[in-house]
Amino acid sequence: MSAIELRSVVKRFGSTPVLVDVDLTVEDGSLTAILGESGSGKTTMLRLIAGFERLDGGSVSIGGRVVDDAHRSVHPQQRGVGYVPQEGALFPHLTVRRNIAFGMERNDRGRIEELLDLVGLSGFGRRYPHQLSGGQQQRVALARALAIEPRVVLLDEPFSSLDAAMRVDLRRDVVDILARTHTTTVLVTHDQDEAMALADRIAVLRTGQVVACESPRQLYTDPPDLEAATYVGEANVLDARAEGGRLVGALGPVASLGPVAAGDVPLRMVLRPEQLVLHTEARDGAVTGTVADVQYHGHDALVTVAVPDEGPAAGVDGPSGGPLRVTARVPGDQRLEPGGTVWVEVRGPARAWPA
Amino acid sequence: MTAAPLPTLLASPAPTRRGRGPRGFPVTVVLSTVIALALLLPLALLVVEAHIAGWTEIHRVLFRQRTLVLLRNTVVLSVLVTALAATIGIAAAWCTERTRLPGHRVWMVLLVLPVAMPDFVVGYAWHTIAPGANPLGAATLVMTLATYPLVYLPVAAALRRSDPAMEESAQSLGVGRVGVFFRVTLPLIRTAVLGGCVIVVLAIISEYGAFEIVRYQTFTTEIFTEFQFDSQAAAALSVPLVLLGLLVLAVDGLVPRRTGTVQGAPRRPTPAPRHWARNAVPMASLGALVALGVGVPIGTLLYWMGQSRTSTLPAASSLASATWSSVSYSAMGALIAVLLALPVALMTFRRSTVPRMVLERSTYVTQALPGVVIALSLVFFATRYAYSLYQTSALLVIAYAILHFPLALICVKTSVSQAPPRLVDVGRSLGRGPVSVFFRVTLPLIAPGLAAGFCLVFLTAITELTATLVLAPIGVQTLATQFWAYQREVAYGAAAPYALMIIALAMVPGALLGLWFDRGRRQAPGAS
Repeated sequence: MSAIELRSVVKRFGSTPVLVDVDLTVEDGSLTAILGESGSGKTTMLRLIAGFERLDGGSVSIGGRVVDDAHRSVHPQQRGVGYVPQEGALFPHLTVRRNIAFGMERNDRGRIEELLDLVGLSGFGRRYPHQLSGGQQQRVALARALAIEPRVVLLDEPFSSLDAAMRVDLRRDVVDILARTHTTTVLVTHDQDEAMALADRIAVLRTGQVVACESPRQLYTDPPDLEAATYVGEANVLDARAEGGRLVGALGPVASLGPVAAGDVPLRMVLRPEQLVLHTEARDGAVTGTVADVQYHGHDALVTVAVPDEGPAAGVDGPSGGPLRVTARVPGDQRLEPGGTVWVEVRGPARAWPA
Repeated sequence: MTAAPLPTLLASPAPTRRGRGPRGFPVTVVLSTVIALALLLPLALLVVEAHIAGWTEIHRVLFRQRTLVLLRNTVVLSVLVTALAATIGIAAAWCTERTRLPGHRVWMVLLVLPVAMPDFVVGYAWHTIAPGANPLGAATLVMTLATYPLVYLPVAAALRRSDPAMEESAQSLGVGRVGVFFRVTLPLIRTAVLGGCVIVVLAIISEYGAFEIVRYQTFTTEIFTEFQFDSQAAAALSVPLVLLGLLVLAVDGLVPRRTGTVQGAPRRPTPAPRHWARNAVPMASLGALVALGVGVPIGTLLYWMGQSRTSTLPAASSLASATWSSVSYSAMGALIAVLLALPVALMTFRRSTVPRMVLERSTYVTQALPGVVIALSLVFFATRYAYSLYQTSALLVIAYAILHFPLALICVKTSVSQAPPRLVDVGRSLGRGPVSVFFRVTLPLIAPGLAAGFCLVFLTAITELTATLVLAPIGVQTLATQFWAYQREVAYGAAAPYALMIIALAMVPGALLGLWFDRGRRQAPGAS
């Protein structure tokens, strides 16, 4: 059974449409990330599920029960939805214990210690929110949401205000806790790395529409459109044309994922940096280029290579006729210096869309 | 202090969450509409009364040489005092917020103390020292000393909120200290200065007691005099005064405000410690200011008390009963004002749609109405439509509540903005209903603001004179009316204890308010 179902959801603020005919299914026990730029409507979607906003069309169901449609709306306090907003929003006038106890039944308070333990904050019960670090506050906010034994937990950019090191730790812990408690989770984020790393499925939201809802791997390797492709990770976008079932661009012919449009339609294809392999010796089918820039990251390096741009498939970057710049991800131990000559080989298939 | 209420002094950025919340009966909107209508009642009554008076009466009263003199007096004094109060207020705020004076926190309290001094008492003090002084000069001195805190408070708050790093950046870009002040600091506090100046002007056009004592004639003194003979002439005279007030409010409303706020709590300034000699000039100036504004009035009162024989001093029982009336009326008025402000503040807390904003703004119109005008229209209302209310203390309490409603609203709004809507959302999602969330989350968070609003209104009401003189029921003696009666008979010694009692009572909530502001300074508002 699906835990959350949105059917043809429409939401407007005044005359501005925020969500347009959105469908989304969140499976029981899964973690679904809603990924979108700011203003794409992702927080509104979360607030609709929580019941803080009412929809203008369609329906929302939680656990098979319709909680909002044209006829009825279940109050937020009756939905059993745990909500963890940005920066935690702990009640500043209550201690950690009393924050967690806020939604609990009186005779259930024995579980507070258990919850504190679960989020790794045993012994912090008597503190006030301002005495905690940002990460600790988020842990309390999670414990508070879990205290009502919710059917689903909604996380609204819960990690965005934390610094990088703490973010990685906290999000691993949070996902671990949610998995241990078999909690269905919806995570709203604008950080594609976060969505990729944590989610079972990612719903990409753009201008109020879900343009894709797939597993992270599927989304990365076979994105639904060019914009999604460039949004979920680094991408080289090259002009291409179809030739004998293959895609031909500045880096030579590449196998195509999916059918190729026949005829002379101009196409644009996406190659991930890790699909480009750089050789320091000539190789069959590889294109010669000059190393323009190296960004060293330790475990790997991003190398920008200028390759000659030939024929009708002119490069996207730079004026037509000039060299085309492509980015390759190479192992950190491969030593390359700017100015050196390399041969670029493409591995694996690519996806292309009409330009 | 003056009876003039503040506009959007400590205006907080209104949370603008657009869209609809969960459907529910908008109780706050209904209540706010009723409240706004009640607050606009005095204005409507004024129009009705002026209409009854008739055009010939209005014409007779307004188009004569005397009216021109009154208008000129009011405007000249407003310009003079506003300029002086702004200069002093800004300079004092800069001293306490951007330099490290010894006894920094003591100065902050001392500089605000004139708020607890009734203007008519300050006027009385200076008048008994120099009875023959030029009326314009005396009025300017008294009002400047009484109103500079109205500029000082918002400007000090604005300086506190702004990050000194901006000024430091400007200095590092090669701008001198004077240049930094005019090119960076002043623009930062512009809105606060303007807000303060508006209140100063409103205070001047509504002041009665101090001007009556120093014999400076303005619209308000003339209205008061006319009222004793001819209430319709008083209503006709009130029209230009109210128009003047509305004009000031309109100017204030038209000035664009940049609402962008700096993210995060500003770092506290850490001015370098300076040699004591460099602190000498600001210390001496601030000391002189406090001596003139607080020391002289209190000293004069004590002097007159000392001069009197015990027989001429009022009996302790009379002082006690007057104190009790003053305290109970002011407290009731403050309580009602705060209770009325609560739904209006909550209405725009979550959704600030245009109709809601307009409704909220309309409650600020009261500011343009001087106490004398509100009192007159309530007398008109009671004698014409609700005679059972006439000469009751209820009417006086209502007048206090209406007169000081904007003050209460500002405090309540500030504190409501400290309780972010998402806390309410979280409370709801944790399975609690709206009423439960209000009592368990919203109310505890805004309680300090409610208390501050109560203190502010209480303080302003207990130092109020004009409406009290008009509306205090016959036979009821308040501190202000008793002081006024003795002062008129030149029984300075007998008047002094009442004034001292007012000051003592006003200082208690004044100190509490100081604590509240200081708390707000130390605790960065916002998320947890």
